[in-house]
Amino acid sequence: MTPSPHCIDLATATVRELNQRLHHLTADGDPGIWRVLNPAGGHAIAVGLNAPVTVEIDGHVGYYCAGMNKSASVRINGNAGVGVAENMMSGLVHVRGDASQAAGATAHGGLLVIDGNASARCGISMKGIDIVVKGSIGHMSAFMGQAGTLTVLGDAGEALGDSLYEARLFVRGSVASLGADCVEKEMRDEHRAVLHARLEAAGLAGEVDVSEFRRYGSARGLYHFHVDNVY
Amino acid sequence: MDHTNIPRTVPRKSATFDDYTLSEIRRAAATGLYDIRGAGTKRKLPHLDDLLFLGASISRYPLEGYREKCGTNVVLGGRFAKKPIEIRIPITIAGMSFGSLSAQAKEALGRGASAVGTSTTTGDGGMTAEERGHSSTLVYQYLPSRYGMNPDDLRKADAIEVVIGQGAKPGGGGMLLGQKISPRVAAMRTLPQGIDQRSACRHPDWTGPDDLEIKIQELREITDWEKPIYVKVGAARPYYDTALAVKAGADVVVLDGMQGGTAATQEVFIEHVGIPLLAAIRPAVQALQDLGMHRKVQLIVSGGIRNGADVAKCLALGADAVSIGTAALVALGDNDPALAADYAALGTVPGAYDDWQDGRDPAGITTQDPALATRLDPEKAGRRLANYLSVLALEAQTIARACGKSHVHNLEPEDLVSLTIEAAAMARVPLAGTDWIPGAGRY
Ligand SMILES: Cc1cc2nc3c(=O)[nH]c(=O)nc-3n(C[C@H](O)[C@H](O)[C@H](O)COP(=O)(O)O)c2cc1C
Repeated sequence: MTPSPHCIDLATATVRELNQRLHHLTADGDPGIWRVLNPAGGHAIAVGLNAPVTVEIDGHVGYYCAGMNKSASVRINGNAGVGVAENMMSGLVHVRGDASQAAGATAHGGLLVIDGNASARCGISMKGIDIVVKGSIGHMSAFMGQAGTLTVLGDAGEALGDSLYEARLFVRGSVASLGADCVEKEMRDEHRAVLHARLEAAGLAGEVDVSEFRRYGSARGLYHFHVDNVY
Repeated sequence: MDHTNIPRTVPRKSATFDDYTLSEIRRAAATGLYDIRGAGTKRKLPHLDDLLFLGASISRYPLEGYREKCGTNVVLGGRFAKKPIEIRIPITIAGMSFGSLSAQAKEALGRGASAVGTSTTTGDGGMTAEERGHSSTLVYQYLPSRYGMNPDDLRKADAIEVVIGQGAKPGGGGMLLGQKISPRVAAMRTLPQGIDQRSACRHPDWTGPDDLEIKIQELREITDWEKPIYVKVGAARPYYDTALAVKAGADVVVLDGMQGGTAATQEVFIEHVGIPLLAAIRPAVQALQDLGMHRKVQLIVSGGIRNGADVAKCLALGADAVSIGTAALVALGDNDPALAADYAALGTVPGAYDDWQDGRDPAGITTQDPALATRLDPEKAGRRLANYLSVLALEAQTIARACGKSHVHNLEPEDLVSLTIEAAAMARVPLAGTDWIPGAGRY
């Protein structure tokens, strides 16, 4: 690949320089497509983006890649460390490999697609993000999830949806166990429509049958402090 | 023996099973739930009252009160932040959430603090436009719940405070009961209205000091290394927590003693977890000194600060500034005797009202009820707070001048003695009239 003006090689540039340049981009004008080479597991790559820029990262990233993303599309052609797309507000983050813990943690919006597996606490405290994981997810995923959807084509680990608020969980494979106050819920047409829309957004329309999924949500039993709710 | 004439002992209540304890046993037996309340510890603890200043004497030269200069300004965040903040007095307003407090109370805090050139702090639940608008310097808390957390407000903040714990409940998360989850509070926190809300006790995307370092790096990257980053801990293991916060890259460490107020926590937590502020300051300062970071990383302490003497004592023990919560609420109008009839209707008395979790505050401060909240006039309450903050600064200056200091930061442990052996050991200053510091040389 030939380096373009929009190519930053982290073998020579620092993460600081990369982020500073990306932060200078604004919504007016075309922020274009940016390529990042040799991320080498670096942390905080492409964080705090605030413009509809496309960033392609060729390699593995460390913690918090695309953290607090707003408007940007970030594609990681590799694996992602802890907290990828944490607290994302809008935009798209696509991990072509696997993701570590706390993927999409506390995120308020946008779409996070993980082609591989995601580790523990995927979608922890999620607040409106849509997460689609093509592989499986680890334990305590969607812990205290408040809003948004978590769609998993593979299996879910233990204590799925523990202390869940209003986030909606769709799992195609097995669930090792449900966390406190998380229950399986009936899959009605409205839910199938929501799931279909998420799969479509993740580029999986027609590839996956929504009827193979089960839906999980909050029993809302922990919504009020009561002696019978104490764990 | 004449059995009619035996003197009887007077009825005697148990010191162990006192009236409060008995009433709590009955309450627990009736409900099956622990007691939740606001405010800080209520029992007597070793505190700053147990210390005294020595003032000047033949060997020490005082400064003239009122006339000779005695500086009170503090610069926070010079270690890494491109834009450190400067406050005019060494007293800041602690983080208290919109949700626990009314919008009017938050506005009043901003007005009062800004009038005297100091900072306010958001809280669990995000930043409101009112408090940003009325606070000249606003610290934005980054809490485990991340309620309302967003990059736009992060960029609007003057500093960022990563909250790990609070003195009232080190190791505990937050709670906001359904009565206070109004439509606005619910929307800001992305929660259903009216539910009893829990805030997580741990950060969702990092564990331990090595992760914290990376988290701080991320926050700095998002904000282009402009903003000071504070790390707030409840006083539990202050030496190690301070050292680890410094190692993780903090510009400022905020240390909150067990007396510190809270909006809503279990009584058992408030009274039994954590250590008093008096015992926490010296180990934290020691950690900074051992790392060569004293005065480079600033230390802000809180938990039961009430007057300028408390401020001066904290500074003399090595803190750079203090922070106040409860006292600021009282200055706004909390627990005002003028509201005695309203407190009586709630089954309590002025001075004892601590049901800040309940949302029925007659002073309009710890409530989301629109009718109650409008009882607080943010301008007048802000002026009261500004007056009170000025008094704290003047009192601290008075003491500093008496000790011959041209800046309140020149106060030092050598200016202090203690009244009790326990305070001498905790604050590492000699028992008054002796040169005895229990445990000295053996921390
Ligand atoms: C009503 C109220 C709400 C509080 N909310 C928060 C909060 O959201 N985040 C936080 O870190 N501390 C919170 N605190 C604790 C204060 O930041 C501070 O640590 C404490 O009030 C200091 O002790 P003091 O009240 O004795 O001055 C709150 C305290 C009160 C009284």
